[in-house]
Amino acid sequence: MSAIDHTGPLTATGNLRRRQRVDRTMRALATGAAIFAVAILVIVIYSIAQRGASQLSIGFLTKNPTTTINGTGGGIKNAIIGSGLIVAVATAMALPLGVLIAIYLTEFSTPRMAAPIRLALDLLNGLPSIVIGVFVFGLIVLSSGETGFAGSFALSIIMLPLIARNTAESLTLVPKDLRDASHALGISRWRTTTGVVIPSALSGILTGTVLAIARAAGETAPLLLTTSLFNPNATSFNIFGTSLPNIPLDIFNLSESGGAANQASAWGAALVLMAFILVGSLSARAMLARSRRMMSR
Amino acid sequence: MSDLSPTRSPESNMDDSRSEADAVSMPLIAPLAAEQQSVSIETREVVFDLKDINVYYGTALALEGVTMQIYKNVITAMIGPSGCGKSTFVRSLNRMNDSIPGFRLTGNALYHGNDIYASSVDPVEVRRRIGMVFQKPNPFPKSIYDNVAWAPRILGMRSGLDERVEQALRGAALWDEVKDRLKRSALGLSGGQQQRLCIARSIAIEPDVLLLDEPASALDPIATASIEELMHQLKRDYTLVIVTHNMQQAARVAERTAFFSLEVSEGKRTGVLVEYDDTTKIFTRPSDKRTEDYVTGRFG
Repeated sequence: MSAIDHTGPLTATGNLRRRQRVDRTMRALATGAAIFAVAILVIVIYSIAQRGASQLSIGFLTKNPTTTINGTGGGIKNAIIGSGLIVAVATAMALPLGVLIAIYLTEFSTPRMAAPIRLALDLLNGLPSIVIGVFVFGLIVLSSGETGFAGSFALSIIMLPLIARNTAESLTLVPKDLRDASHALGISRWRTTTGVVIPSALSGILTGTVLAIARAAGETAPLLLTTSLFNPNATSFNIFGTSLPNIPLDIFNLSESGGAANQASAWGAALVLMAFILVGSLSARAMLARSRRMMSR
Repeated sequence: MSDLSPTRSPESNMDDSRSEADAVSMPLIAPLAAEQQSVSIETREVVFDLKDINVYYGTALALEGVTMQIYKNVITAMIGPSGCGKSTFVRSLNRMNDSIPGFRLTGNALYHGNDIYASSVDPVEVRRRIGMVFQKPNPFPKSIYDNVAWAPRILGMRSGLDERVEQALRGAALWDEVKDRLKRSALGLSGGQQQRLCIARSIAIEPDVLLLDEPASALDPIATASIEELMHQLKRDYTLVIVTHNMQQAARVAERTAFFSLEVSEGKRTGVLVEYDDTTKIFTRPSDKRTEDYVTGRFG
């Protein structure tokens, strides 16, 4: 160290040259990894869009499949309806419960109570979806058979921790000042929550919900165990009585069954599902960005 | 409330208040404070009768042995250095400290003869009667109208809501500035307007007492002057308690002033009430050396 001549020209000395090389290498690796992530997304979207686009037509979205011994034709209308129903019912169950859990965590619990609940939500979030599927299979399907509702139930378990955690996150962002202001007006805790805290965090809650919906809409394993035995050629709205056709299982069945037409339909269904989820996620991001701007004002 | 002049704007009273502020020098007596002495304080009705109040956070004693009476339709100021417990004390009066973990209060805190900390007392009801305005203006992210109308609506004061909102905004000297944009977001108002909106929001539910916790410390001098002016009008209808670290402000607005200080012994810092008297006396003939040091600027 002391060997440096402080009056010499300010070019790299000692091991600085080597450190600079390490610096450049690591920076390049990190940049490369980031680009890689984007590239994977682009490749997946591109390959699915390329193979699925030829299938896309009005008929594909509005007609039921026509299965014969020789293969499949028609569209995936019944699966779109089924997926929509299953996810809607799952959301109707998971959203109120998830928001209530979040309200408990941020508004009513003590830190000692909140920590284990947060941990439980994180563990629930990490449960493999097939495990949740097996659980619901044992709970509902063994006794009352496969129904769309059993699928909804499984999906709502998957959505619950996502909604609860995201909502809790956005409730935490609401300034304490606002709660104080409301309490100082003689307003109870619960009215403060519904009248001030929730409205302030609404777009954050919506974002979390949309992301949870996007996640649930693509889940296949739980649906395989709960709502897979359906008439592939008919539309059903009877979510509590029968299994409902749905997009993830269509993709699974069609791609497994072989035959060029089936394969093509599988790609088409994959493209439809992906488009729904991408649009949902992107609009959720846009909402989140908007809510952040509103909060920081 | 109805007799308050609605034509007041911050611009019109800013000059007076500013020059008044500048004119106040070492003996900090505002002309108003002297005029207020015409009614003897002993004849006033007692709103808060506080005896030997101790406040603990966990095991730490934050405030020790405060005994004082706060009178009706009087502005009472709490002054003192940072950390002396004056905010803690005022927030204890409407149980805003309840949510702080480890908070505990001992002593006798009577409000119109009722113990604020009795087990049968509902803290929500306490706050409904004893309102509070905070240091940082904290309007709800709602429209100006809804900021004022929200609490009355929940508390069941639904009839004549429009008139109530107008009265409250007039009472807070804000009506003329916002009457044409009641439906717009309150977040678009200036800091001083937001603080007056917070005051309007508080008086819309017709409380008995207004606690103001450094209400002007986040505001510029012009907005501060309008808040102080407003306080003089509000004391006709309300009992006001203001926490301030600005001695001139206490001298300008308050008839009674309490000086809190910080005692340090064995590494523990505890707030104490040093002296509580007429504002004029506190600033001209304080009976305690610590008060004198503080108001003359030798300390703090």
